[in-house]
Amino acid sequence: MSTPAPPSAAAGSHRDAANPGASANPGASGPLGTPADIRRRIAARAAREILPGTVVNLGIGVPTLVADFVPHDIGVIFQAENGMLGYGAAPPPGHEDGHLTNAGGLPVSETPGASYFDSTVAFGMIRRGRLDMTILGALQVSARGDLANWLVPGRRVPGMGGAMELAQKARRVVAITTHTSKDGEPKIVSECTLPLTAERCVHLIVTELAVIEVTPDGLVLREVAAGHSVDEVAAFTGAPLLVPTPPGVF
Amino acid sequence: MNVHPPLPPRENKVVSLARALEFFHDGMTLMYGGFGGIGTPPTLTKGILEKGVTNLSLIGNDAGFPEVGPGPLFVNRRVRRLLASHIGSNPIAGDQMSRGELEVEFSPQGTLAERIRAGGVGLGGVLVDVGLGTVAETGKATLELEGRTYLVEPALTAEIAIVYAAKADPLGNLVFDKTARNFNPFVAMAGDITIAEADEIVPVGALDPECIVTPGIFVDMVVQSEGIHWTWIWEQRKEQA
Repeated sequence: MSTPAPPSAAAGSHRDAANPGASANPGASGPLGTPADIRRRIAARAAREILPGTVVNLGIGVPTLVADFVPHDIGVIFQAENGMLGYGAAPPPGHEDGHLTNAGGLPVSETPGASYFDSTVAFGMIRRGRLDMTILGALQVSARGDLANWLVPGRRVPGMGGAMELAQKARRVVAITTHTSKDGEPKIVSECTLPLTAERCVHLIVTELAVIEVTPDGLVLREVAAGHSVDEVAAFTGAPLLVPTPPGVF
Repeated sequence: MNVHPPLPPRENKVVSLARALEFFHDGMTLMYGGFGGIGTPPTLTKGILEKGVTNLSLIGNDAGFPEVGPGPLFVNRRVRRLLASHIGSNPIAGDQMSRGELEVEFSPQGTLAERIRAGGVGLGGVLVDVGLGTVAETGKATLELEGRTYLVEPALTAEIAIVYAAKADPLGNLVFDKTARNFNPFVAMAGDITIAEADEIVPVGALDPECIVTPGIFVDMVVQSEGIHWTWIWEQRKEQA
């Protein structure tokens, strides 16, 4: 690519030669901070999409961090596809229960009114459209809202887990991702080249640089991160961006 | 049908681990409960490993972690084929798949669950629109019904299903423990023979009939669990921190 390295790629581009498999170099920092800072920045912005009183499923990975930024008193019910409605924060050290975890296998707690159920019931409520929102990680999102987040042929073979049901059936799908890959390639693209999780499912994309809405007319830039410009966002986006009104700042 | 040892009487299905392990053999189809190893029966999986059973065809949500749940069966190369929704938490299974040593079929998690449930309740399959427009539809029959398109997802059963319960009684009635329930209740229904490992075996009548999740009719044997012998992944991270 001839374009300059985007801010998000600055940290990841310093690849640790001794550990090429590392997902990021936590010691490096770019204009927006360390990869951990970037993840928290994305999670904090995505958390503002969660409305009071809604039922939300958070995907594995960075989406899990979103819960840290949701106020406890707004009545949000978190669903975990491993069979729980109404999980709460991680218990204090020493009080974890190996049989009480979120879908990432990390310890959580019960909130009043919580329930447990088997995986057919968990996915029954997902397929039936009972989830108001899911927040999922993304490898690629296309201009029409196609999501690819489960497979990189020849490199990563994790499997789709529950992502296809969540992406296809949640009423609102927020895809969160760094704006570009570690190699500086745009992750928001005209057409996904990776195998899809679901077609035309993403409503909103949140990155460390921008908040972008998927509309029937195409991608609309709604917000730009403080200190960055519309042109900068456009340069690191692999699909046309519409800017019908001046974007907000986050 | 394989010839297997006689099953215990319906009024008392509690057997020793050694007796239960007599039912496992090389090349068999084995289904297991659990989600990332949480809810996978620890004593039975360890027993299968120690008995040396190999060439397994497995059906379960995932491959666990290398040292957790079904993970050691992969690490010790006992698995020929796996049907699961993901294997990302067990990189050794991923390596074996990449090298062609392990045949893996991926199914969306909710679809996999319903296919197992369908097998457990005597259905031929389920109609699902999840995965249309993705590689998940590759090789699948489709069916039009009332103007909508569905994938035809065949039911799944297995020679043996193993599940992990919090409590069992001698009739095989089961209750589970929080999010360790996950795949266990419908896996319990889908085995030609189902073996439940329980943390606690209580007398008949001790379980509240309103609270029994798996009726004992689906369970053929009950084994006393020796408890979790692995370190959970979050405990490993705490130790490293």
